[in-house]
Amino acid sequence: MSLLSGPEGPAADAGWEHEHERKGFFTDTSICIGCKACEVACKEWNRNPIDGNLEILGSSYDNTGELGANTWRHVAFIEQSQERIEEARESGRKLVSLGMPGIGPKSSGTRGALPAGDLSSSDLTPPDTPEFRWLMSSDVCKHCTNAGCLDVCPTGAIFRSEFGSVVVQEDVCNGCGTCVSACPFGVIERRDDGTISPFAHREDKVERMGTASKCTLCYDKMVDGQEPACSATCPTQSIKFGDHPDLTAEAQQRVTDLHERGMTEARLYGANPKDGVGGTGSVFLLLDEPEVYGLPPDPQVPTKSLPQTYATAGIAAAGMIAAVALSFLGSRR
Amino acid sequence: MSITDFDADRPPQPPRRRRRGGGRRRRSLNEVGMGDGSREGAVVEDVEFTRSDEFDSYYGRPVVKAPPWKGPIAIYLFLGGVAAGSGMLAFGAQCTDRPVLRRNARLTALGTVGLGTLALIEDLGRPERFLNMMRTVKVTSPMSLGTWIVGGFASFSGVLGALEVDRMTGQRLPLGVLRPLLGAAEVPAALAQVALAPVLASYTGALLGNSVVPTWEAGRGHLSYLFVSSASLAAGGAAMVTSPVAETGPARLLATAGVVGDVVSMNRMKESMHPLEAEPLETGRPGTMLKWAERLAIAGGIGTVLGGRNRWIAAASGAALLTSSALTRFGVLHAGLESVKDPRRVIEPQKARLAARRASGITDDSISTSG
Repeated sequence: MSLLSGPEGPAADAGWEHEHERKGFFTDTSICIGCKACEVACKEWNRNPIDGNLEILGSSYDNTGELGANTWRHVAFIEQSQERIEEARESGRKLVSLGMPGIGPKSSGTRGALPAGDLSSSDLTPPDTPEFRWLMSSDVCKHCTNAGCLDVCPTGAIFRSEFGSVVVQEDVCNGCGTCVSACPFGVIERRDDGTISPFAHREDKVERMGTASKCTLCYDKMVDGQEPACSATCPTQSIKFGDHPDLTAEAQQRVTDLHERGMTEARLYGANPKDGVGGTGSVFLLLDEPEVYGLPPDPQVPTKSLPQTYATAGIAAAGMIAAVALSFLGSRR
Repeated sequence: MSITDFDADRPPQPPRRRRRGGGRRRRSLNEVGMGDGSREGAVVEDVEFTRSDEFDSYYGRPVVKAPPWKGPIAIYLFLGGVAAGSGMLAFGAQCTDRPVLRRNARLTALGTVGLGTLALIEDLGRPERFLNMMRTVKVTSPMSLGTWIVGGFASFSGVLGALEVDRMTGQRLPLGVLRPLLGAAEVPAALAQVALAPVLASYTGALLGNSVVPTWEAGRGHLSYLFVSSASLAAGGAAMVTSPVAETGPARLLATAGVVGDVVSMNRMKESMHPLEAEPLETGRPGTMLKWAERLAIAGGIGTVLGGRNRWIAAASGAALLTSSALTRFGVLHAGLESVKDPRRVIEPQKARLAARRASGITDDSISTSG
């Protein structure tokens, strides 16, 4: 798919020769309570500066806004009516009947047939369709299998760690900003005056100034065998950290369980190694369409079509050579 | 519902208003109840969810981010194009014995690529680390390849520029033993310059196209054509400004070809886009810039064809073409930066392409899965 890595095992593709399992997050938004402990723990551990001046954004309980250079975990709050919940349930059911890939072990049935979990015949009366719900979801860097930011970084500041995560070396990055335009999820950002507005009388120096910055999967903790700050602090285990294959299996089991309870709105995001980024290291269980959470519905790593883009550039260059040559040949003295 | 006997005297209740869309409106105190203080009314409004039926996003916030690129990058795109085209004109002039055009084009190439490189460095978050670009060569990064192309082109332009300055000043540059070396380097340096020039003009299309910025992403199959055309007309224009008409025949032809390519490729690019992705190229400040870029390109082109043999008309046309090219680069850069602001420009085209793949039977490559 992409030029540098295959759909599985990004750490091996990057040339690491030891057998660390790929690490990742499974964020189960169905049990997130929106406490934002992950945001706080992340900011504290990584010493990320404040974004803005504590203004109220008017978007439910979310006053963080979005992921960025200084916000590596962001809890989204969405308020929904009964009608909307039913629509989400319907769109989730459609995913099942589309024969979306059964990535995990199929319990029965052949590939292409309707999955065993086809719910059209079972009791679809949801146990409780509340009149109102809050969706709460803790968003984070996806640590893509085919990471756009990593592919386009011209300095080599962004690298694939031995755990399969994507990490920026802030002492190498020169802040060119190319990675920002290559992230299909809008995660990585350059930390500078344009994006942060520190308190007027900030005394301490802001670290990582002028360089690209994003979640490192707490690389500094992982090399010591610890787990990232956000998952360690999550009080409901909505954020789980672990070996990527185990987490994916767990996520699939969780979706099956929820579907059996009639919650067909549950779906996975990022668990498909055939998607536009080769699957993500951070897998999410969502309860509505991804765009509701501010996630792109069909992200594609730009590098995927880079060969064609280069071909276009090559043809254009050849055309320019031809134009210049003809100009000189066609010009009388 | 009646609670007291006096309820019968109440005037009829006005029907409850339902508001669709838009933000919530605060009631002023006067509006509570009947407005005249005669009785109590509902203070808390009915809960209503604001959502448009056809489109969801997270509070209208952007899905992807624009790179932190500002004016200097547009200036670089413009100057890099002028440098590339001038490098090619200089080589042609060298081959066809047009000494003034050769000298002026070489000096233009050196000046523009030098300033362009400074603009690139200026736009870095950590300009003092610009040499980190030279740590690696990465084929997956148009920025990395571009750095080597610019670096190489600038070096060879430096050699050729020094040579021309030395000639102009009657060999007064303090070169010493380096002078014969410089003379011997002329042909190889000119060959290297002309080899790198076309890729210098076209790689920037891949640089912008290889992104998720909606307008650039949608234009990735066309941006390089637009940029080489813009570079051709700008370099032709620069030669028409700097050099006498007797030697700028090829520059005029190149500029004319550039104008045609510029107008055609811009329109084809817009046609190939989802309407939401093309919109930033047609509206707002970027839209205005691109409109003027087109007008100036056509005006400059007509001036070149009809009056290119008159020194003054040629110079004016050249200036119009240079301005057009600069406006094109600014317009395309800012249209991209503008396009990320509305999440619809990301979500709608993505949903459309996902739906198209599903309709054609490809159902296994969605990022959302049922398990």
